[in-house]
Amino acid sequence: MPRAFTPKVVTANALLEGDAVWLTEDNRWTRDMREAELITDEAHADLRLLEGQARVDEIAGAYLADAKAGPEGPEPTHFREDFRTRGPSNYDHGKQADHASRA
Amino acid sequence: MYKYNDFDEGFVRSRVAQFRGQVERRIDGSLTEDEFKPLRLMNGLYLQLHAYMLRVAIPYGTLNSGQMRQLAFIADKWDKGYGHFTTRQNIQYNWPKLPDVPDMLEALADVEMHAIQTSGNTIRNVTADHFAGAAADEIEDPRPYAELLRQWSTDHAEFQFLPRKFKIAVTGAAEDRAVVRAHDIGLQIVRNDAGEVGFQVIVGGGLGRTPMVGKVIKDFLPKEDLLPYCEAIVSVYNLLGRRDNKYKARIKITVHENGLEKIQELVEERFAAIREDFIGYDQDLLKDIKKAFAAPDFAQKSTDGYEAARAANPAFRSWTDTNLSAHRAEGYAIVSVSIKKHGATPGDATSDQMRVLADLAQQYGHDELRISHEQNVIFPHVHKSDLPAIYAALREADLATANIGLVSDIIACPGMDYCALATARSIPIAQEIATRFDELKIEHDIGALKIKISGCINACGHHHVGHIGILGLDRAGVENYQITLGGDGTQTTTIGTRAGPGFSAEEIVPAIERLVTGYLDLRENPEETFLEAYRRLGMEPFKAILYPAEEKADAA
Repeated sequence: MPRAFTPKVVTANALLEGDAVWLTEDNRWTRDMREAELITDEAHADLRLLEGQARVDEIAGAYLADAKAGPEGPEPTHFREDFRTRGPSNYDHGKQADHASRA
Repeated sequence: MYKYNDFDEGFVRSRVAQFRGQVERRIDGSLTEDEFKPLRLMNGLYLQLHAYMLRVAIPYGTLNSGQMRQLAFIADKWDKGYGHFTTRQNIQYNWPKLPDVPDMLEALADVEMHAIQTSGNTIRNVTADHFAGAAADEIEDPRPYAELLRQWSTDHAEFQFLPRKFKIAVTGAAEDRAVVRAHDIGLQIVRNDAGEVGFQVIVGGGLGRTPMVGKVIKDFLPKEDLLPYCEAIVSVYNLLGRRDNKYKARIKITVHENGLEKIQELVEERFAAIREDFIGYDQDLLKDIKKAFAAPDFAQKSTDGYEAARAANPAFRSWTDTNLSAHRAEGYAIVSVSIKKHGATPGDATSDQMRVLADLAQQYGHDELRISHEQNVIFPHVHKSDLPAIYAALREADLATANIGLVSDIIACPGMDYCALATARSIPIAQEIATRFDELKIEHDIGALKIKISGCINACGHHHVGHIGILGLDRAGVENYQITLGGDGTQTTTIGTRAGPGFSAEEIVPAIERLVTGYLDLRENPEETFLEAYRRLGMEPFKAILYPAEEKADAA
């Protein structure tokens, strides 16, 4: 039996800086996952991924990542994607600080 | 140290220019990521979890103060003010921006460095004993041979698209400090019964998902046969190595599946066919290279000041007891500078620390530094009378931790804090273990103990050859850490044995503490190391310590 579709976000790395980025509903690449479009329909997810992947002059390596709805927007469901939202845990490299100031 | 000739200089500069064009075409959209990826990897540029990563080669881990200062300059100008020294004696920058990378490579070329072949399915940076040219137990300095291998393998037309990456390590001493038995080719300089010096050649070692100890393919290889023999091995691998499955593509699998005898036969056949192509140019080159590695003029000076400082300052004495190794020259020592301050990221040095190390090497260390595969920095030639001054400067720079070879001198790969391949984090576990044992103040009592941590099965943290190995995995979306025991990366290389079920991130540090303090109760005397105790007692008592509840359940 095929696995049920779970909500997704389109994510990638920014071409110039390499930062983790997420695709928003209005077609921006955001550095804040909470602004991402949370996709609950599988066909729409596939389409959005293709649209994201086509933007080769902005990003590299687009893929669909599992996510869930949170109070401020999409949240990761796996620790790997969680780390991508905030940066490495050994130093405060900036992204964590940005998030702390918004929280 | 080896100095670039006109050819080296021209080659490296032309590669920088070529890559600059490729980056420009990627940014303007002329190249897709699929087209660009192999090109950037040929120049050591990865795209990781949060950023690009540039891996810079430090051939056989040797560099001078000017090069170290330039690494610091690059860290400040184009990265975040630090660099990460790796288990392959390289340095990695974790935060370069794509448009800046050609300028970084240009800055490296200015000091005769590059990032070529630090990635891709090709012969990678040739590593060597980090005490080369200095160790008291050395037969011959392996670095001239490592440099010859570097020149031979760099841009070698036949070996740019091997089935998988290919790693060569060389050592010139009986004590293996380069883990040669866990490399695709391991070369150990040996003396035969006739007193001649040559190489014992080992093939098919490696860690990763299928760890294997290398096998001796040639007991004694005359030195002048080094390049044609290595070329024969890599040629046979290039033809026979599997390309259908990347996990079975390394030479260890080729040797395992075909058998050593068949590989040996094919290598000898190929060697016989190509030997005459190596008609002496390599030996002429080697003669020139050897001149560049001539030993410095060692001074004859009193060591009274050093002895007095040891007697007067217990902290200095502790540091010298732990961080010095025997040098071949009277009155000299090899200094291992720990880049593993308790709680710090193993292998990370700030740009300020790099400059301090460069200054000290220039002032006291014949302008030489080494990077060890254990992620520390070495001053290979220091007169003992200079050690009090060096120690004082290292203390100022937070680099005087007296823990070389102890429980907090942990190898840790970048893990999921940086690496796109990782399945769990390594760094925080290393930080917590080091901090915990520092709090317990039993590190020196525990004695020699190597803990090595990898954040995935690829084993960049060498966990298979750790006395205690830790492998981070993803178990149903949760970080989980497996423990292996009894691994050994020296001349008696052994792959560790898995102890049992893994531990969660919260459980792993207490488990390691239990294991190590349990060893203190199990050892016969304070001289018996953890590894010796494990070899004497076997897995069971350690397993009982690690899994006390399960042992009780079994007994019930």
